[in-house]
Amino acid sequence: MRRQIAVLLCFLTGFFVVVAFFIEQDPIPDINEKLDELLVIVFAFALVLGVVSFLQHHSKKIRRRDKGWTSSVISISSLVIMALLGIFESSIRGTGIIGDRTTFDWLFNWVFTPLQATMFSLLAFMIASAAFRAFRIKNIEAAVLMVAAIIVMLGRVSIGQVIFPQSLAISEWIMNNPNLAAQRGILIGAALGAASMAIRVILGIERPYM
Amino acid sequence: MIRLLLAVSIILAGSPAEAQTDTNHFNTDSTDVLLADSTITATLVLQLSEDSTRILLDWTLGDSINVILERAGNDSVFATIGSFDPTINSFTDSGVSPGDWYMYRLLNGDSMKDLGAGASVEVPFPIEESRFFRTERTNALLLFLFYAATIVGYISIAKRGAQLFIRKIAGLDAVDEAVGRATEMGRKVLYIPGIMSVDNIQTVASMSILGYVAGKTASYGTNLEVPNKDPLVLATAREVVKEAYLKAGRPDYYNDDMVNYVSYDQFAFTAAIQGLMTREKPATNFLIGSFYAESLIMAEAGNASGAIQVAGTAELAQLPFFVVACDYTLIGEELYAASAYLSREPLILGSIKGQDLAKAVLVGLIILGVILSTSGQQWFADFFIQR
Repeated sequence: MRRQIAVLLCFLTGFFVVVAFFIEQDPIPDINEKLDELLVIVFAFALVLGVVSFLQHHSKKIRRRDKGWTSSVISISSLVIMALLGIFESSIRGTGIIGDRTTFDWLFNWVFTPLQATMFSLLAFMIASAAFRAFRIKNIEAAVLMVAAIIVMLGRVSIGQVIFPQSLAISEWIMNNPNLAAQRGILIGAALGAASMAIRVILGIERPYM
Repeated sequence: MIRLLLAVSIILAGSPAEAQTDTNHFNTDSTDVLLADSTITATLVLQLSEDSTRILLDWTLGDSINVILERAGNDSVFATIGSFDPTINSFTDSGVSPGDWYMYRLLNGDSMKDLGAGASVEVPFPIEESRFFRTERTNALLLFLFYAATIVGYISIAKRGAQLFIRKIAGLDAVDEAVGRATEMGRKVLYIPGIMSVDNIQTVASMSILGYVAGKTASYGTNLEVPNKDPLVLATAREVVKEAYLKAGRPDYYNDDMVNYVSYDQFAFTAAIQGLMTREKPATNFLIGSFYAESLIMAEAGNASGAIQVAGTAELAQLPFFVVACDYTLIGEELYAASAYLSREPLILGSIKGQDLAKAVLVGLIILGVILSTSGQQWFADFFIQR
């Protein structure tokens, strides 16, 4: 019975959202908007579940002295410190220990944001190592990829046009023709796949949520 | 219901350089860039009428001068639409069409210099208050009905017991091998369901594959860990894994800690996964779902740790990264076909066949569109424009 109710709810909600895309007679758009708001409310409850899971997971690691348990200590401390500062301090401007900003702001701007930027900047190194592997010529396809990549890279930097003047035009052609055609092929297939999946979920043929 | 007037008032009073920041829709190479009149301050406010048929323009000037109002359309070429003496400070432009862009600027009527006051707007298609059906979406409805009918048709064919062929997908064939490897090595299987929430269809597809993988790890008694970025995915993944362990007859192997929460921040999540891969060296990593900038960081960390990696996403920009760094990659539609491929359920297989037929029809329509557009018949391509 519980399963049937879940499938029915999924069908009704999915069908309603499809209908709301085509119909704008009141109250359908309003109900559709309310459904979006409902998702935000459910999310708030799920976030509590997430925090509990986070605390349980890391406490267990600390108790067992698992590999990397010190990272768990830092994780829990960071969560607690930021939460306490956020709740008790962030609403009172100018009372922070550092200048006229709150400690929460200071930690966010000068610890959290640089850490984020550091992670993101790792991408450059990862791209270099991945490119090195991708450009090893093992067969004809890899050789074609390598030549195309070199031309595109030359076309994207100013010095490339000094080395090989036609690189910009060839690079543009590669990006706008074979590359774009392949991308669109994948995109059309993925869009149809997504729509097919959505229909299966709405009709209850596929029930990944159960 | 009274529809509010859409007010787009991009008021610029200053140098022509500032004025041009408002014209980013237009061709900045346009040759009709005029000298600026910085001696007079001017503002131009634009309002669109409720029925989207008129644009109401009001201006204020710092001095009493004659002005010329110019308008440019989609072609970015300005043309005069009126000259006004200092007593007039408004104008209603009735000659506008829905779907077109319009930009206005004021010139000093005596010196013909640009007063630096401009505003632009795209005229939306009018919405009739009493209308029930959004007629501009008829094309989407027809395609949706055709597509749904094809899928439902093939599902009924499958119900009657017809044998349906589905091509081999290497990435999905490798799932058993990948879980088996982790079992042999006595290490865990790491499953990352992307970074988006459950309202993303890729995450929904990932949950189907997670169910299959969890069933395998339950049968083999292999450790599984599913770290999550989104709390809603956490709740869903827990249900999926718990159900899979129950179905495999190993509910005692399941614990909530297997599916855990990491962080809602994209790069904090990435750092945690990278650390986990480096420290614990899982034998198998599944990266299946919607990924963005973190895709390569995770995949490279997994590659460096020596894990066998199966990735799957429909995010075009991330596919090359996965192809380079992972052993198997489910590309676009393969991700959505995974549940049919793995379960071999006739009903789901039927929907995949329906999808293939729809794709063939779509290819036919594209070819027809190319032929018609090349021969000057644009109406066919216009029919498919998204509105």
